[in-house]
Amino acid sequence: MTDPLTILGIESSCDDTAAAVVRGRTVLSSVVFGQTDLHADFGGVVPEIAARAHAEKIDLAVEQALAGADLTLAEVDAIAVTAGPGLIGGVLSGVMCAKGLAAATDKPLIGVNHLAGHALTPRLTDDLPFPYLMLLVSGGHCQFLIVEGPDSFRRIGGTIDDAPGEAFDKTARLIGLPQPGGPNVERAAQSGDAGRFTLPRPLLDRPGCDMSFSGLKTAMLRARDSIVAEKGGITAQDQADLAAGFQQAVVDILTEKTRRALALYLEDGPANRGFAVAGGVAANGAIRAQLQQLCANTDTIFAAPPLSLCTDNAAMIAYAGGALHGMGQVDDLTLSARPRWPLDQSAPALLGSGKKGAKA
Amino acid sequence: MQFQTGPYPLATEAETEALARGFADILHAGDTLLLEGEIGAGKSAFSRALIRARLGRDEDVPSPTFTLVQTYDAGDVDIWHCDLYRLSSPEEALELGLDEAFTSAICLIEWPDRLDDLAPETALTLRFEALDNGHRVTFRGPQDWAGRLDKILVRA
Repeated sequence: MTDPLTILGIESSCDDTAAAVVRGRTVLSSVVFGQTDLHADFGGVVPEIAARAHAEKIDLAVEQALAGADLTLAEVDAIAVTAGPGLIGGVLSGVMCAKGLAAATDKPLIGVNHLAGHALTPRLTDDLPFPYLMLLVSGGHCQFLIVEGPDSFRRIGGTIDDAPGEAFDKTARLIGLPQPGGPNVERAAQSGDAGRFTLPRPLLDRPGCDMSFSGLKTAMLRARDSIVAEKGGITAQDQADLAAGFQQAVVDILTEKTRRALALYLEDGPANRGFAVAGGVAANGAIRAQLQQLCANTDTIFAAPPLSLCTDNAAMIAYAGGALHGMGQVDDLTLSARPRWPLDQSAPALLGSGKKGAKA
Repeated sequence: MQFQTGPYPLATEAETEALARGFADILHAGDTLLLEGEIGAGKSAFSRALIRARLGRDEDVPSPTFTLVQTYDAGDVDIWHCDLYRLSSPEEALELGLDEAFTSAICLIEWPDRLDDLAPETALTLRFEALDNGHRVTFRGPQDWAGRLDKILVRA
């Protein structure tokens, strides 16, 4: 067997600027500039909206990643870069930087879909065999994917509006908890009564794996306002009860939809049953416990990559680039940035024809 | 000359969608709607319905909170759906290219207070509120919107 390739990865599609060096399944170095708190998908975090901000940091990130791996650019076999989806300015800076490095060193250039990077992370961390079911759940994303190969993904459902990470952050804003919302809502919920407020479970009564979290915001707003109207403010206990009620609603939605997604996935009779959850929201203990239980009930391997590899990073881009290179998928200097780039090109919009929008 | 009218009740999601369809039919390049209101007030639901109506299909309309801007190709014109909550200064709106979009696209702007005086003077402001049952909306803006709005409100 030949030695695995050493890949330099570059990622700048969202708020962070990142570079990493990966050899096979070994992360030699991973540098992330940007968010200091890995939970903070947004809220309190100033976005790097300017291409300039990314451009200024990318060179430094690459330099540090190479130094961390104790390698020179000449010792890298190929350069992988996020080519979308994301904020156009950020994606462009990454792609331009990667093109420059590839042209200067005459190394292969590989454009990677940011979401493919996330979806292939269970291969990097757990060597999960194809095909596996993936729940990608973060501040900006929520979808179920059956991952069949490095460039083969089937989306079987997802949110039709907000992502759960966003719902956690907005709930925190509504009930006066600090950002980041995820860990703070979870902490408050521990001493709360989830049964005190009746919150909706949007789309739970519909078949399929699509989800909706937007309606929860209005329900939370009304519950809060009714307390404020009654006693002129909300107590710590009210906060805890609201947080607990909200978290339970998210747990119920994710659990039931994952149960259905697992059933769909298992219909294909995969030789090795595998389920992976990735994204900041997977750090929530209540959500994780329920998903683990679901997997235990169906003899499915449960994988949850560590948070440092679930949030935006360049190691996943380098790894995915290596997998694509192994299939002979290499780009050239015509590689262009794609702000919109669905993983599953064949899947219809999440609202299929004939279906109506979510009812809160 | 500024005018203000409302509040108009949006008792059900269907009423919000009907209002959004009304706007979808009359908006053209250079129109900007500033959508005010708290989280859960109904800004996003209105935006989603408007975008889907204008595109004429059930397109994914993910929240722009994370990405700041989502753009849609509506054939003759682009629709920009923006959530400016994360911006820390109006100048960042320029980095996003919003100033150009204000003249060339249809812009739906959530958390428009972040724009300060960069908001176009021709924009119509929709203020959304959540009630115990349903939502309501109040309109204000330059006088020439009054006539355009009449057509929508009669139908909705």
